[in-house]
Amino acid sequence: MTLEARGLTRILPGPVQQVLVRDVDLSIAPGEFVAVSGPSGSGKSSLLYLLGLLDVPTAGEILVDGAPSAALAEDARASLRLARFGFVFQFHFLLPEFSALENVRLPMRRLGALAPEAAAARARALLESLDIGDQAGKRPDQLSGGQRQRVAIARALANDPAYLLADEPTGALDSANAAAVFGIFRTLAREGRTVIVVTHDEGLAQTASRRVRMKDGLVVADEGT
Amino acid sequence: MPLTLAVALAHLLGRRRQTAVSMLGVALGVGFFIAISGMMNGFHEFFRGELIESNPHIVVTDEFRLPAEQPLHAQHADAAVEIRRVLPRDPVRGINHAAEMLEGLAAIPGVAAAPTLRGQVLLRRAGRDWSVAVLGIDPDREVQVTSLASDMIAGTIDALKATPDGIILGKTLADRMGVEVGDAVNGVSRSAQVARLRVVGIFKTGLEALDSGQAFVGLRKQQSLQDRPRIVNEIRIRLDDVSRSIEMAALIESRWSYKAAPWEETNARVLAVFTLQNVIIYSTVGAILIVAGFGIFNVISTVVLEKARDIAIMKSIGFSGASIARIFVIEGLIVGVLGSLVGFCVGFGIAEALRAVPAPGATDPNQTLLVSLPAWRYALAGGLATLSAVVAGWLPARRAARTNPLEIIRGAA
Ligand SMILES: Nc1ncnc2c1ncn2[C@@H]1O[C@H](COP(=O)(O)OP(=O)(O)O)[C@@H](O)[C@H]1O
Ligand SMILES: [Mg+2]
Repeated sequence: MTLEARGLTRILPGPVQQVLVRDVDLSIAPGEFVAVSGPSGSGKSSLLYLLGLLDVPTAGEILVDGAPSAALAEDARASLRLARFGFVFQFHFLLPEFSALENVRLPMRRLGALAPEAAAARARALLESLDIGDQAGKRPDQLSGGQRQRVAIARALANDPAYLLADEPTGALDSANAAAVFGIFRTLAREGRTVIVVTHDEGLAQTASRRVRMKDGLVVADEGT
Repeated sequence: MPLTLAVALAHLLGRRRQTAVSMLGVALGVGFFIAISGMMNGFHEFFRGELIESNPHIVVTDEFRLPAEQPLHAQHADAAVEIRRVLPRDPVRGINHAAEMLEGLAAIPGVAAAPTLRGQVLLRRAGRDWSVAVLGIDPDREVQVTSLASDMIAGTIDALKATPDGIILGKTLADRMGVEVGDAVNGVSRSAQVARLRVVGIFKTGLEALDSGQAFVGLRKQQSLQDRPRIVNEIRIRLDDVSRSIEMAALIESRWSYKAAPWEETNARVLAVFTLQNVIIYSTVGAILIVAGFGIFNVISTVVLEKARDIAIMKSIGFSGASIARIFVIEGLIVGVLGSLVGFCVGFGIAEALRAVPAPGATDPNQTLLVSLPAWRYALAGGLATLSAVVAGWLPARRAARTNPLEIIRGAA
């Protein structure tokens, strides 16, 4: 259940080619809590999108669960994301017309592995484990920023993903909420999930089990605790 | 409820007013199509019915479609012979052996035939002339081939038998001439024969051409007026099964060579007008539905733009492009189907209202507009509207399916 990058390179084509990620090798094992930090524009988000099969590398490859993903068509990558990955972004991206509970159920309904009642029960349990069980019926615009981000995390966990990828998930939160979210990630990693969080907050990065630093698209440091 | 349907409904409910307006467009297109085509076809069916009732189903005249075979051809059967400008046969002769032909026709099951001599007569009264197509008829046989008997509003056909110089006029013509049953009119034929005629009956078919320009006299009377004794130039035929008119006419024509025109041929111009009217209705409604389609396209395009973030997150979560597209196609489908259902009610309502409107120019003052609305016309209108709505949804849906979620996710950070 490892997520592995080999010689990963992403170059934006155009008159002036722009290198987003250059020759990255990473192997991330289950249970690891990886914080990716670095200055703004260093390629952290780009790396995360590549690892999460949202973007396609120019060179190199990603191995998901040990299997290469380069040959996968777009729909196959979408299916793999649905079953194996959870995403949290800086912006919550909750569907505004649906309640917190329905937003969390969304990936489960798409995957269709659980019966509707079981999916609803799981969504409720996820919201409760994130201390927002009492907000289940509310729509996103009735929730606070911290609550929305927790709903987004619950949605990312809906299909019990092996890999949880978060891009600056605390960027819009106050420090107390930010610390709480990192606490949640730490717990999730301890449960055996692979958690990769992009952050430019060095203090929070220090709480991760492994810290990857980037600069100009290159991984310049990779250290475990 | 399926997920895509739930999302589609949420989108439409989020834009209630625009959705309602685009649905209204569909409803009006469908409703007006149903109402107007129902009225038009009701009229067409009524008119066809009148034509079939009042006119013979087949008219055999003393003409040939093809010039007779020339002896030169027969003589040189294998040679290339071309003869130009063959003059048609002299029509004065009428139909040869008409009596035998009538017998032959009568022997065919489901066929009734009546001999007629048709000829123009100038009717004179109070110093004015009316040129009228006069048919010399055999009253006993005529009643078997046209609805003249039931169209009589004054007098009887049999009076032609009792009164040798009797004439039956159309209602409009009688009104114009200011005559009633019992009045006398003078008739002058092309051959300058003059006769004093007595009005013994008045008919009204509802077909203006007949009511204002046709009159009936006894066959004998007409033969003497036209100075063509014992001549018949038209045989009028009625069939038990009018739908066989074309094949029966062809059969008669092949057997006796005289031109036998089914009612569809005689009234080809009227039927062409009906076809044209239908074309106009269908294209007008097609245009309305296309405009309604633009409305739907507009709404769904707006939703696609507005929901770019939602589309992006769904794609990043793992929704396929096709499943995203399905959401917006379903939105088009919902607008199309609901709009059609409302349109059915609108169309039905207008059609019912039209059924209560008095028919202009009808014989019977209680006669109201006839509306013909078979179920398939509802299905056609609803089907076309739904199709246009689905296409209107599919165009923006395709764009939604192709969006790269990263463009939005990067931008939103
Ligand atoms: N689609 C794009 N077009 C142009 N430049 C881009 C695009 N995506 C990313 N970049 C640039 O690539 C670099 C790396 O971006 P990113 O991975 O978002 O860095 P980080 O997340 O570390 O801030 C930045 O300089 C960014 O401006
Ligand atoms: Mg970034």
